[in-house]
Amino acid sequence: MKYKDYYGVMGVDRKASAEEIKNAYRKLARKYHPDVSKERDAEEKFKELGEAYETLRDPQKRAAYDQLGSHRPGQEFRPPPGWERQFGEGTFSFDDIDLGDLFAGVMGGAHRAGRRAGKVPIPGEDYEVTAHITLEEAYRGTEVDLELTVPEYDESGFAHRVRRAFKARIPKGATDGQRLRLPGKGGKGLNGGRDGDLYLNIALHPHRLFRASGHDLFLDLPLAPWEAVLGTSVQVPTLGGPVRLKIPPGTHAGRHLRIAGRGLPKPHGGEGDLFAIVQIAVPTATSERERALFKELAEASSFNPRGHFEQEAAK
Amino acid sequence: MKIEQAMWLHEQHELLLEELCELSGLSERELRELVDHGVLAPIDPDAQRWTFGADRLVVARSARRLRSDFDLDPHGVALVVALLERVHELEEQLRDLRARLPGSVE
Repeated sequence: MKYKDYYGVMGVDRKASAEEIKNAYRKLARKYHPDVSKERDAEEKFKELGEAYETLRDPQKRAAYDQLGSHRPGQEFRPPPGWERQFGEGTFSFDDIDLGDLFAGVMGGAHRAGRRAGKVPIPGEDYEVTAHITLEEAYRGTEVDLELTVPEYDESGFAHRVRRAFKARIPKGATDGQRLRLPGKGGKGLNGGRDGDLYLNIALHPHRLFRASGHDLFLDLPLAPWEAVLGTSVQVPTLGGPVRLKIPPGTHAGRHLRIAGRGLPKPHGGEGDLFAIVQIAVPTATSERERALFKELAEASSFNPRGHFEQEAAK
Repeated sequence: MKIEQAMWLHEQHELLLEELCELSGLSERELRELVDHGVLAPIDPDAQRWTFGADRLVVARSARRLRSDFDLDPHGVALVVALLERVHELEEQLRDLRARLPGSVE
């Protein structure tokens, strides 16, 4: 069995009072609770914290934990002789058991009693994972490989951690922050309790060209100054292949040109739109001839882009 | 390897009150309290059997976790869930604004 340093996880002294342990839990729970935290590994950290707190808050479990002595986290160890008789019920193998499962299971309580008596149905645990997919995958639908470590219970009700790998189909229509549910793919239920579910949280990888908001997509469309002035027709990439887009004469920078139905597909039919955001690109390397033409244009044109400054100053 | 089909959790898929209770781990009383506090709204509050958009399951599960992990009373749960909803709305607005901002490919 691998040792876990519950005091270390909670950042408290081995002699900490019940009150100090409770306060440490609250403080860290606010930091790592997956519903409120922005920390990268919040889910994992919060699980560790919950496991440590469940053991240290209960005087009987804490006494049993203290009896295990102090080891390095992750170090293989065996409880002192007679430990399981003093604190648990009967004997069992420590070899492939998780310390957290041991405390959740061995030390009495409804869970264990229910499992043993075979009466109380206990639903399996739900799990939550983030699936990172590309925009192209969201557009077409995709399959993701998932791997979970879930507890499975033996005949005497002890949990053993089992790795479970499977593929899940994400239908087309997903977007950033979308949730999906895989019924029954969480932990196994006990005594007729239903199996837990697996919840998928979709996160889109940033794309080189497109930015997503819901099912709409946004794309920067650089135009040469003369294209914006004279109007033109340009080829624009979309997730479903390139399309031609008409640029009306006198198109301003910042204008959103809507290409209907070229966004992400929606789960129940229809699709979002693609918006091309016009930018006026200015050539940096210009030839003699180009500069001469621009000069000629400057002299010929009465266009004043800052006319409103002067109007403002005249007030 | 068998491929598992994932189900959408969005407003167009409906869950019965009992289903929402079972999947979220909240009791019916707790769920009705969240409705009273305006945190969750059934699709038709006057309907004989309440149904909810499946996206509400995300909120209900979050409420259940917050209640048990922080030892919150129903008012506390309602307050935190309402604030989290607000945060999510603002994050969505921020995502939208960023998407509209030219030259902001991350």
